Amino acid sequence: MKYIDEFRNLDIAAKISGLIKEDAKGLGEMNFMEVCGTHTMAVERFGIRQMLPENIRLISGPGCPVCVTPKNYVDKAIALTSLENVIVFSFGDMLKVPGTNSSLFKQKSKGKVRIVYSAFDAALFAEKNQDKKIVFLGIGFETTTPTVAATVKYAKKKKMKNFFVYSGHKIMPPAMKLLASDKRVNIKGFLCPAHVSAIIGMKPYVKVCEEYNIPCVIAGFEPLDILHSVLMLIRQARSKKAEVENQYNRVVKFSGNIEALRLIDEVFSINDSDWRGIGVIKNSGLILSKGYREFDIEKNIDLPEVKTSADKGCICGSVLKGIKTPLDCALFSKKCTPENPYGACMVSSEGACAAYYRYGAGRK
Amino acid sequence: MTVRFLWARQFWRGFSMCLAIPMKILKIEGDRANVSSPGIQRNIGINFLKNPKIGDYVIVHAGFAIEKLDPVKAEETLKILEELQ
Repeated sequence: MKYIDEFRNLDIAAKISGLIKEDAKGLGEMNFMEVCGTHTMAVERFGIRQMLPENIRLISGPGCPVCVTPKNYVDKAIALTSLENVIVFSFGDMLKVPGTNSSLFKQKSKGKVRIVYSAFDAALFAEKNQDKKIVFLGIGFETTTPTVAATVKYAKKKKMKNFFVYSGHKIMPPAMKLLASDKRVNIKGFLCPAHVSAIIGMKPYVKVCEEYNIPCVIAGFEPLDILHSVLMLIRQARSKKAEVENQYNRVVKFSGNIEALRLIDEVFSINDSDWRGIGVIKNSGLILSKGYREFDIEKNIDLPEVKTSADKGCICGSVLKGIKTPLDCALFSKKCTPENPYGACMVSSEGACAAYYRYGAGRK
Repeated sequence: MTVRFLWARQFWRGFSMCLAIPMKILKIEGDRANVSSPGIQRNIGINFLKNPKIGDYVIVHAGFAIEKLDPVKAEETLKILEELQ
């Protein structure tokens, strides 16, 4: 496939792996964090970890949007399905996330939950079914937010009265800053998310980089991209530099996608947001802005009260922060499997636990 | 072709939110476009794409093109990778 196969060349991968081993000598323990679910998947799928020397550790951060969505959000979404005439539309990954008493998957059998690939499909359904109230569960980082923003704008243009968004959207850089300042994680470099960066560009990372003196490289998703980016991080560390570099410049532009950013700015406004396992991070979430309140479910329906209980025994929180790996969890691959997940990291295919489980890292 | 199709389908399902495959624009109608990758065809939104043209490769996410892929930069990166030392 064009632009895929070229970036999976084994010979070049072996060469870069060799260069990494050479350059990493004498650097000491280096923790590089990726903050993107697709990177987590790719690292496990292509066995990148095994191609790196022992002192270079790749750790997964809070890059999976489903995993960082708080349990309370899931509980509220489940509660929405009990309301009359309401149908909840969601990305497939969200369905199996366990809430306190149920999951959206269990509600699906009652016909109150539907899976869509795009927010736009939910809006089209709402247009055709005016007697139903359609609630779209808006979760995701900067890559997903403009797609929801464009859909909300479409709903406004069509003067729709039955389409709503329950926004759990999040912004990545504030979480990176928080982790950069956490001594327990001790991050020496960030592999910045490819497609989040396609929207936000390079600028937001400059602050993280300058403030905490941590090198950042925007990395593509193919194995050669990831290996190359790791090499770039190592070379920055060797020359004692901390800069933002763009390895994925075939897609990511310096200023990002200006039109998409303008759209997010118009439709959403920034607020504090709760991250599962991390807690509330200031200015890290998005709710619908004043001009689009008529589409905000929280402003238009009295959400039923829900009681959310804490997770027991699950260490998703520490896994999301990169303090622990899935292998440190007593539940991992024993009680907690993709078929019967305890925590969100095992549910989403992009979660660290699911990626470890699927590609065999837990079955040594 | 069948293998490719199955592979693509697996990808499509696996990455239910993030799909990292570049897809080619076949047809444009206003804010919407038909795109394809071996084994998959989709109708997507191109609302925030600058000057989309037929034949452009785009990155698709959750039913929208989020950015174009620059073929010149892709070649440059491949050259860098080959010459790395």
